Amino acid sequence: MLEAILSLGGVGFFAALALGFAARKFAVEVDAREAAILEVLPGANCGACGFPGCGGYARAVASGAVAPELCPPGGPETVARIARIIGVAAIAVDPQVAVVICQGDQQRATEKYRYLGISDCRAAQKLADGPKTCPGGCLGLGTCAAICPFGAITMTDQHLAVIDRDKCVGCRKCVEPCPRQVIKMTPRSVSVHVLCNSHDKGALVRQYCQVGCIACQLCKKVAPEAYVIEDFLARVDYRHAVKPTAGVEVAIEKCPTHCIRDDNPPPAPVPDEKPAPQAA
Amino acid sequence: MKIKRFSGGLHPPEHKSTAARAIEQCSLPDELVIPLAQHIGAPAEPCVVIGDTVAKGQLIAQPRGFVSVPIHASSSGVVTAVEPRLHPMGRPLLAIVIKPDGRDAWPDGLEGGMNPLLVNPLTLPPSRLRDMVCNAGVVGLGGATFPTHVKLSPPGGKKIDTLILNGVECEPYLTADHRLMLEETGRVLAGIDILRRILGVERVCIGIEENKPDAIAVMRDACVRRDIEVIALKVMYPQGAEKQLILAVTGRQTPSGGLPMDVGVVVQNVGTAAAVADAIIHGRPLVERIATITGPALVEPKNLRIRIGTSLRHLVAECGGLREEVVKVIMGGPMMGQTQLSLDVPAIRGTSGLLLLGKNAVATRSEGPCIRCARCVSVCPARLLPTTISAYARRDMIAEAERFNALDCIECGCCAYSCPARIPLVQSIRQVKGAILAKRRLS
Repeated sequence: MLEAILSLGGVGFFAALALGFAARKFAVEVDAREAAILEVLPGANCGACGFPGCGGYARAVASGAVAPELCPPGGPETVARIARIIGVAAIAVDPQVAVVICQGDQQRATEKYRYLGISDCRAAQKLADGPKTCPGGCLGLGTCAAICPFGAITMTDQHLAVIDRDKCVGCRKCVEPCPRQVIKMTPRSVSVHVLCNSHDKGALVRQYCQVGCIACQLCKKVAPEAYVIEDFLARVDYRHAVKPTAGVEVAIEKCPTHCIRDDNPPPAPVPDEKPAPQAA
Repeated sequence: MKIKRFSGGLHPPEHKSTAARAIEQCSLPDELVIPLAQHIGAPAEPCVVIGDTVAKGQLIAQPRGFVSVPIHASSSGVVTAVEPRLHPMGRPLLAIVIKPDGRDAWPDGLEGGMNPLLVNPLTLPPSRLRDMVCNAGVVGLGGATFPTHVKLSPPGGKKIDTLILNGVECEPYLTADHRLMLEETGRVLAGIDILRRILGVERVCIGIEENKPDAIAVMRDACVRRDIEVIALKVMYPQGAEKQLILAVTGRQTPSGGLPMDVGVVVQNVGTAAAVADAIIHGRPLVERIATITGPALVEPKNLRIRIGTSLRHLVAECGGLREEVVKVIMGGPMMGQTQLSLDVPAIRGTSGLLLLGKNAVATRSEGPCIRCARCVSVCPARLLPTTISAYARRDMIAEAERFNALDCIECGCCAYSCPARIPLVQSIRQVKGAILAKRRLS
C-alpha cells in the first residue's frame, strides 16, 4: 500500500517538476493586449475583417498592423473598446446593414425558364444568366442565406431573400457570393431603400416585374434631395440624412410600383430593445 | 477480336431514327443571324457595317488573337444589323444579321471543282495549309468548336504520331456524322489527307461505333489503299469524348490535366475533316454544316445541311413543324447539348443537332437523397467519384473537390443520367470546376 502511494506520488512529483520547468522554459510570450482585444471581440469568427477568425484579427490589431475598426459585427462599441486597449483614438464607424434590393419574388416577377437544378444561385446564374427574366432580380435559391453566419437571411415561400435588420451585423459576407449583386450595404441610420436592381427601361421592367423601378422620376420630384436616378434605376442618396428630408414618406406612398420601402415603419411592431445605434 | 472501348460509360437508348434519311439541303431563311462568338476563344470582330452587300463566303468578322477564327457570310445579301441577338448560350450576344438576296451563289472560282489557285494541295507546305484552315474559319464540328488550326499547331516539344478521326457519334438521336461518312466519303477522305499532311503523322485511324455497320463498311472500302485504319468501337457513351476515344483506339491514357497532344495524338471530327477539305480544295469557308433535326415532338425528323445563322424556328418548319407542344429544346445531343430558351436563336457552327422533346420525353422529378449506390462511380469514364466531388461542391469545399480531381471531369453526364435519386451531379461539379479555375486565376 505504502509502496504504491510512494511510487505513484513520486512519478506525479517528477512529472509536475518537469511540466513546471517546461512551462517556464518554453513559455510563449502573449501580448496581454491581444488577449484583451480577443475578449471584447464578438467571437463570431465570421471573417468579415479579412482575418482568419477573431484570434487572427486580435493578433493583427495588437501588433499594430491594422486599424481597430475592421470589425463590423462589433459595431462602434467594440471599436471604442479596442481603441482604449491599444491606446489610439476611436475612429467613427458608420454601422452598416445589408439589404436585398429586390421584391420580385415568384409571384411578382416572371421567369424565363423553369429551373430544376441545384439550389445555388451561382449555379443557376450560369444557365442562361439565371431563370429570372429580370437581369438583376433575386434568384431566391438561398446561397446568401446559407452563407450568413448570423442567421439574418431567410428565404420567403415565394423564393425571395429577406434580411432581418436586427440580426444583420454588417459583415458583408453575403455581398460577394450573390451572382446578381442584389445585396447592398447601406448605412444603418437609414431605413428607406429603393428595392429594385434592374437597370432596364421602364417599359421592359413592367413586362417582367410588378414591383420594379420604372424610373418614372416621381420620387425625385417629391424629394429631390433624397433620391437619385441613374441608368433607369432610382436609389436613395445615403449621403444625405434621409429621415429629416421632407417628402421621403410621400415618395414611398407615391411610388407607382411600390418599390420604395421603409424598413422601420411605425405601424409595424418594432422590437425596441435594440434601437439602431447612432453614428458616432 | 476484342472490341475496343474505354472503362465506365453507359448505353442510353439510341433513338437514331434519322440514320436512314439522306442529307437534305435546308431552304434559305428570311434572315441569317450570325453570332460573333461561335467558337472557343475570343469572339471575332465585325468588319462589315449596316447596309453592306456581302457575297456568300465573304469575310464578315476577323479573328481576335490566335485562339479565334474569322466568320463568313453564309449567303449573299445585305447586312441589316450588327447588334446583340439571343445566342444559344442563353443571353444576347453581338451578331451580324444578313437579309439574303435569294441568289445564294458562291462567287466565281468557288463554284465547284478545284480551287483555280491550286494544282495539288498536298504539295503545299503544312504551314500554308494551316493558315488556309484558319482563314476558312474551321472549328471542331463535333460540338466543342475549338479552332482547328490551334489543334494543328502542336507546340515545339510535342511529337504527334497518330491522327484519330472521330466518327463515333455516341450521343443518342444524332446521325449527322453517320450520314456524312456514308454520303460524302470523298470529302472526309480528302480532308484526312490534308490533315495528315499538316501534322506529318504516319498512323491515321477512324473510330466508328459498331452501331453504324454501313458507315464502317463504306469507310473500310474507301480506306483500303490509303493506309488508314477503320476501328469499330463498342457502342458506349461517351465513346466520342476525346480522351476516351484515344484510350480505346491507342490504349494511351491522357494524363490528368493533360491534352491529347501529351500522348502524341490529335483527334478531329469527321465533319471537321470535310470542312478542311472544302477550305483547301475549294477555298470555301465554313458557312454550312450538317445537323440532325429530330425529336419526338417533330413531324418529320431530318438530316439537314444548314447555313450558319439559320434560326431554329426555320429548321423546325423545314421538318414539317411540330406535332405536340415542345417542353424542352436542346441544341446538340441530349447528353451534353444545351437547353434553349427559345426557337428564335440561330444555329451556329457547333450545332450538331436540334432535339425537340414533348412532355412525355422530359422527366421533371425533383432530386432525392443520395443512397450511396455508387452507380455514378461505376459509369464515370474519367474514373472520378462524382458523388464525393458533388457533395464537396455543394458545401463550397473547393480545395477538397480539387484534390478529388474535379477538373478531370469531362461533363459527359453519365453520372447524372444513371443517378436513381436524380441528383444534378454534373451541374454541381461544373460549378466547382468554375470555382477552382477562378481561384487559380486569383493566386
